Amino acid sequence: MARESEEPTKKKKKKKKKSRENKKTRSVLPNTRSKHDDDDAEPNRGCADNKIKTTKYTVLSFLPKNLFEQFHRFANVYFVFIALLNFVPVVNAFQPELALAPVVFILSVTAIKDLWEDFRRHRSDTEINHLDCLVFSRVERGYVEKFWKEVRVGDFVRLRCNEIVPADVLLLSSSDPDRLCHIETATLDGETNLKQRQVVRSFFDLDCDFNPLKYNSVIECEKPNNDLNRFRGYIIHGNGRRDALYKENLLLRGCTVRNTEEAVGIVIYAGHETKAMLNNNGPRYKRSKLERQMNVDVFWCVLILLVMCLFTAVGHGLWMFQYGDKRPVFDVLSPQGTDMSPIMSAIYLFLTMIIVFQVLIPISLFVSIEIVKICQVFFIHQDLDLYDEDTDSHLQCRALNITEDLGQMQYIFSDKTGTLTDNKMVFRRCTVAGVEYSHDANAKRLAMYQEMDSEEEECTSHGGTLPRRDSVSSHHSATAPPVVLRSHSTKSHRRTGSRAEAKRASILSKHTAFSSPMEKDITPDPQLLNKVNECSSQMDLLRFHSQPMSQLPSDLADIIDFFIALTVCNTVVVSSPNQPRHKVRVRFELKSPVKTIEDFIKRFTPSRLTSGSNSSSSSSLVTNRSSNRGCSSVLSSPSADSTLTKLEEEAMMSHSGLDHAFSPAPLCYDGKSWDQEEGELRYEAESPDEAALVYAAKAYKCSLVGRLPDQVTVELPHLGKLNFELLHTLGFDSTRKRMSVVVRHPLTDQITVYTKGADSVIMDLIKPPNTGNSKGKRQKKLVYRTQNYLNQYAADGLRTLCIAKKILTKEEYACWLQRHLEAETAIQGREELLFESALRLENNLQLLGATGIEDRLQDGVPETIASLRQAGLQIWVLTGDKQETAVNIAYACKLLDPEEEILTLNADSQESCALLLEESLHYIQAKFFCSSTEQAAKNFHPANLAPFDIYQPSSLSSSSSSSSHSTPFVVHRLGLVIDGRTLAFALDKSLEDKFLAVARSCRSVLCCRSTPLQKSMVVKLVRNKLKVMTLAIGDGANDVSMIQVADVGVGISGQEGMQAVMASDFALPRFRNLQKLLLVHGHWCYSRLANMILYFFYKNAMFVALIFWYQFYCGFSGSAMIDQWYLIFFNLMFSAFPQLITATLDKDVSAETLQQLPQLYMTGQNSEEYKPYMFWMNMIDAFYQSLVCFFIPYFAYADSNVDLFTWGTPITTIALLTILLHLGVETKTWTWMNWLSILFSVMLFFTVALCYNASCPTCYSPSNPYWTMQRLLQEPVFYLLCIITPVAALLPRYFYRSCQGSLFPSPVQVGRQLDRLPTETRRNILSLSKMKAESPLAHKTHFLSLAKERSSFSCSMTAGTNHSLASQRDEEADRRKPPPTLSDTTVGFYTEAEAPPYTKDPPPESEQQLAPPTAECPDQNASTPLLTHTHSVQLTLPPTGGSRCVKYTRNQEERLDHENVMLHTPQAPLATA
Amino acid sequence: MVKEEQPESVNRPDNTAFTQQRLPAWQPMLSAGIIIPGFVLIGLAFIGIGVALFVTSRSIQMLEMDYTGYEQNSPCFKCSDESVKNCMCNLDFNIDTLFKGPVFFYYGLSNYFQNFRRYGVSKDLDQLSGDMDAFLDPTSDCAPYQYDGNNKPIVPCGAVANSMFNDTFKLYQIVKGVKKLVPLDGKGIAWWTDYNIKYRNPTVKPLKNAFNGTVKPLNWPKPAYELDPSDPANNGFINQDFLVWLRTAALPNFSKLYRRITEGDYAEGLPAGNYSLEIAYNYPVLSFDGRKKVVFSNVSWMGGKNEFLGIAYLVIGSMCVVMSIVMLIVYAKFKFPEED
Repeated sequence: MARESEEPTKKKKKKKKKSRENKKTRSVLPNTRSKHDDDDAEPNRGCADNKIKTTKYTVLSFLPKNLFEQFHRFANVYFVFIALLNFVPVVNAFQPELALAPVVFILSVTAIKDLWEDFRRHRSDTEINHLDCLVFSRVERGYVEKFWKEVRVGDFVRLRCNEIVPADVLLLSSSDPDRLCHIETATLDGETNLKQRQVVRSFFDLDCDFNPLKYNSVIECEKPNNDLNRFRGYIIHGNGRRDALYKENLLLRGCTVRNTEEAVGIVIYAGHETKAMLNNNGPRYKRSKLERQMNVDVFWCVLILLVMCLFTAVGHGLWMFQYGDKRPVFDVLSPQGTDMSPIMSAIYLFLTMIIVFQVLIPISLFVSIEIVKICQVFFIHQDLDLYDEDTDSHLQCRALNITEDLGQMQYIFSDKTGTLTDNKMVFRRCTVAGVEYSHDANAKRLAMYQEMDSEEEECTSHGGTLPRRDSVSSHHSATAPPVVLRSHSTKSHRRTGSRAEAKRASILSKHTAFSSPMEKDITPDPQLLNKVNECSSQMDLLRFHSQPMSQLPSDLADIIDFFIALTVCNTVVVSSPNQPRHKVRVRFELKSPVKTIEDFIKRFTPSRLTSGSNSSSSSSLVTNRSSNRGCSSVLSSPSADSTLTKLEEEAMMSHSGLDHAFSPAPLCYDGKSWDQEEGELRYEAESPDEAALVYAAKAYKCSLVGRLPDQVTVELPHLGKLNFELLHTLGFDSTRKRMSVVVRHPLTDQITVYTKGADSVIMDLIKPPNTGNSKGKRQKKLVYRTQNYLNQYAADGLRTLCIAKKILTKEEYACWLQRHLEAETAIQGREELLFESALRLENNLQLLGATGIEDRLQDGVPETIASLRQAGLQIWVLTGDKQETAVNIAYACKLLDPEEEILTLNADSQESCALLLEESLHYIQAKFFCSSTEQAAKNFHPANLAPFDIYQPSSLSSSSSSSSHSTPFVVHRLGLVIDGRTLAFALDKSLEDKFLAVARSCRSVLCCRSTPLQKSMVVKLVRNKLKVMTLAIGDGANDVSMIQVADVGVGISGQEGMQAVMASDFALPRFRNLQKLLLVHGHWCYSRLANMILYFFYKNAMFVALIFWYQFYCGFSGSAMIDQWYLIFFNLMFSAFPQLITATLDKDVSAETLQQLPQLYMTGQNSEEYKPYMFWMNMIDAFYQSLVCFFIPYFAYADSNVDLFTWGTPITTIALLTILLHLGVETKTWTWMNWLSILFSVMLFFTVALCYNASCPTCYSPSNPYWTMQRLLQEPVFYLLCIITPVAALLPRYFYRSCQGSLFPSPVQVGRQLDRLPTETRRNILSLSKMKAESPLAHKTHFLSLAKERSSFSCSMTAGTNHSLASQRDEEADRRKPPPTLSDTTVGFYTEAEAPPYTKDPPPESEQQLAPPTAECPDQNASTPLLTHTHSVQLTLPPTGGSRCVKYTRNQEERLDHENVMLHTPQAPLATA
Repeated sequence: MVKEEQPESVNRPDNTAFTQQRLPAWQPMLSAGIIIPGFVLIGLAFIGIGVALFVTSRSIQMLEMDYTGYEQNSPCFKCSDESVKNCMCNLDFNIDTLFKGPVFFYYGLSNYFQNFRRYGVSKDLDQLSGDMDAFLDPTSDCAPYQYDGNNKPIVPCGAVANSMFNDTFKLYQIVKGVKKLVPLDGKGIAWWTDYNIKYRNPTVKPLKNAFNGTVKPLNWPKPAYELDPSDPANNGFINQDFLVWLRTAALPNFSKLYRRITEGDYAEGLPAGNYSLEIAYNYPVLSFDGRKKVVFSNVSWMGGKNEFLGIAYLVIGSMCVVMSIVMLIVYAKFKFPEED
């Protein structure tokens, strides 16, 4: 590398500095170039340093800043305003200092909480800032240890194995012979596989150690941004040459260097500008539905307060007025001695009353809610049922303040892969060259796993040869922070997520992802295995005779190509099991037998087309170095169990590794030892499909043994290890839906493109076969057959992938390569160019075959879905999978019921979509008529009074009618399937209402082929338009947007990384945990909080009303008979604890009953525990109770010589007792804590009162109730009052509760009654009711009895064209009145519609004639077993207008035809009718 | 797999009754079996208490006489005119049977808002506890009765003190046409704590000197240190009448203890006969439509005469019983299928 003189650089530097402010890029200069080591001369001054500070406050700024933040909450401002108002002498009501107490108390509690959190942040910041790393120092001319916080942009850092990257570092050198550095990104995205990072290309050739002093390039790159997957820039060398930089060159902060002894890089982004930090956004704050509802009522409280104040003020004015000019002796004039006009008096009094009545606005409510929610989160965290043994993970609540929303969900949007399914991809079957290999043995093996799973879950996951060493050491690290290297890993996790997540990630990382024995051990199909063997032996033979490979029979060639494609076309990294994080280095030259040496020479002699883009390094050098590295990695393998020794060893190792690098000892692998280990190779794949395919190929002896950036080594039977030169990898992306590799085939020396991708895209890219010759015909047949099998696979619920290849001539390749290189080096719009480049390559493919991969359902998914559905939740599945696969999975997980009809919407234009929706609406309306009358009939049924019948029809209909605001829709036994393209049209502004109308009346909705954006749009649409509570659950990055949009986002902490978890509010280990989370915890949280909030309002209103009544007897003067202390501390102290205990511990129904009777969940959905009228009922009750509590003492002491506070104290006591007993009436379960808390409250009141009344005879102006309580306790009247008043006050409520509870109990009360029964009887009843309520929509037997007729009907629909159908439907609609609402349905309707004419009507003759000769209904037996019971409703459009409808049928012949046509005109699909 | 026994489940939650929300709990069920007997029991208990209270209250004797002089024929009519100073009037009454002692003598005011907020606040506790500093500088709470027109501090300041009730009564029994003075006991009518702890005179002797530089409240005829010339221990801030007045009444119609009749011939009570109450009528109430009265009453264990509490107990008690009967009927009609 040429060195450059100082001047130009300096000039450049100046220029850079000047332009830095307005430039869109960042330029990074090495710090070694500055003259002095002091900070001023630092060339990259505009960039943040590596010190992180996540704290919000400093010592000085804490108070003002925290207060400022707290005052953002309106309530706090209000209370401070009131407290300050008290300092105004004219209006003051209390001792001003005392009035501040509650506000100060609330503010300080919050402040202390904030302070503690901030302190924790500060502590961990310091810990992280003081981690060590090696930074190059110009003065020392070497690397010195520095703290992380001292690292600056432009510094050179040296990273050793297992170190954590301190900042975003551009990789300039690596000890790896291939110029690679492996990093583990689990802390960033949770992905457990190793990622490769490459040294910047220009430093690739460096044969000696990287010397920072010689570095004189400038890096131009993007401004700091938070996109983890993007990094663009270029490096300008001293000689003016530019080189592009990719994200593959960047090591991100927080990642761990693995598998690489040493790497050197330059810091590009530091501290808060690193991508990891920019991505780190704190916990989310959402406002729950209940809180929104509550805020409305808080507003009402304010209104009530104002009305009360106004009333009092007017009263005062009038009272003053009646005395006219004559002032009575007890009326105090203004301080100036002048008269106050009644009006002025009234105005002042208004303000005074606001102070006195302030308690009505529950100041402690907000704090109490927060406390209760924290407790709820604690309990949810602690639940053993939400803990997953396999992964040692439990539920995480990431959003702390929406626990009660869990009890109010109405719609669930679920991802499929990884959420409903395990995301354990298992190779099931494949078709190669048009021949299907059914892999029966494999299917049997999988069935066996299934059984094993259900019997003994733990076996599968813990089994196998997973080394536990890693996990052990990470446990150590958790408990032993002083250990430097390991503590790095735990500390840095916090930056990107919670500690728990990090821990989980580290535990996860002990497994290689996607490598359970179920996925690995594939039983090959004997037939195919034979063919592979035959094929490879033939190839071996051919090679031996140096004959061209084209002599191979084409089907055999296809087979071998198929497996090579499976092996090569991926990004799987191979590692050995002993050293899971150490890449297996298999250099072709080192281990292959001698016979391939000629091949080797042959391979490297022809002119290379790579034109310096890839490894142009001399192979001998690479060989040498890699052999040395091989040794060092052997040395490092037997690392000890204990962390400390391991650490020492690692430290030592890094040295020894260096030493060895220069020692000539040729210690290295030999082929034999390698062969022994071969069986235990581990594959680390980015996606489970890839791993599944590689394992599948391995089962056919075609195994991937090594992957380097420029070559892939494959071992084939007979042929031994073959070395594929990897020219390009065009990675997978969701728009292309495929990936390709360009390799040089070692046997044929041809440049071959292997493509693997979704069948829909690959099939479009297949080269149209030339039907002229036999080969073309064969190809065509192959394509048909493959398509046929693909459909079959899809019908079986398998994920399908097509494998294709293409052979490029050198010229074609050179032509493509040139443009590809241009695209690669472009800075602007590189992604688009690369995309286009990929499109140019991936065309005219030759189909090899297809694979079917099974994605297994998670345990308990069908049960969970069934019970969630019983709970009244609408479940939508949004998946990126294709329709057929999705539908089958939906059947498997009982989302779709074989007995229900399915509306399939497939349209390819806006108009056809509109028409389809219209059709569906008509159809549903026709159906709606029947079912609504049924429901009405059910409502009239006398059996309704039976205790368990009440759930089904009435509650369901009320739920649906209350949730829908416009028209009362009823959910039908209908399933809706819609694909991504149609969804795009349906989500259009003009159609979304119709789409919703259709979708909401379907029991389940399945959106296939939907993009992440569509997923979130669907959720948003449903949420905003239907005003329902939505929950989104998913596990992958593609679900993130959906999770964020939904009211509650749930992440599955599965195998696909942590992105979903990071975005979620709750993270679950498994889908089935959702059941308990929603049905039990959601219900409890909701009912507890709802009751607490209602109680709070009641409590405050009741207390304040006492004073209000008193105003009538004190000239509306704002006097309070309740001492100011009691008034202010009543809420904060005396009555606070019992309600907190009840709100945290109360269980209205036991967990078992809640789970067995999911219908109870509807209570929350319909907000039955907290309805607007309940607030007013509570208010009325509060006013009644306060009347009782006021007037009983009033009359008891009337006309006596009682003084103000001797009269007021009993009232306070009575009020407290009443309020506590009221809570007692509302408490459903009494644990010792409830008793204790109530006892404590009473004791606390008396203790405080006695102390207060004895403490100071002259303080506490103006009330000064000296010795009042003590005297009261000697009076019998006091006790008499305390007995009678609470009883009188609570009598109506108690009477109502007991009548209601036994005469017309709510479902929850019935559940509670069930709880009290002995377990035996309870179980019987529950099982009985379960049978009854199995599917809430299937409650009518006569409905089911119509099924037969229905099936024929739907068959005819399937067959018929929609012309007559639509017209018939219109007629039907005209003939009928508009669909009756639930309220006005009558028995008359029922009898009329008992046999709905719509279903009874025989289909018109013409329709039957129009039906294709292959009747579909009798054909059912021949179809795949899963679909046997399906009666799909086809809504087809006339074939005009280019619209089409993909039929979802079972007719094989027809489908073939259909596909046939489709293949010919891929761009203009057609309608089959 | 040797290390299997290592702590593999660091995240495993504790399996305790508390964390798993399985604490043993009592679930009160509102079922007929509990409610109806419960209500009956409570109702009966209340009725019992109610009867006892009612009987007790009935046994209390009470004599109430209005002397405002609102009506023309009332003996104090002549004094109701505010312009008349030092008006005296006599109220004659007779007692049929022995009025059992100890008899309590109250005066009562109606429509008098001692609980008016600004009124109740208008006093200086420091002053009243004998703090000499507060003598010269009363708290602003007392305004406008803080300083007089000459800017001299008022002691005791404030509206409460200023408006002190100043009618005085003398009770005579007319025995054979001769007025026989009934001795009235003015000690111990205020709270013990008020007299001994809460309010205190300054330690200055004689008491008069403490009041140097201050003026008496505007409405007062005499300064505080001369309230009771007969008993030096009943002067200043610990004058019992003053203390009684300071304890502001809770409701606008109230009575305050004036004297007790515990001495001499009247220790057993007021014998039957004719009595004459001599009233020094000083306190105007008619301007705000107030009324004044005197009350003679004796007390029982539950305090003064008040029939309300007994009636309340009876009503609530019988309501409980009625409710239980209603429920019984309801249950009989719609029997809850509890044994399902």
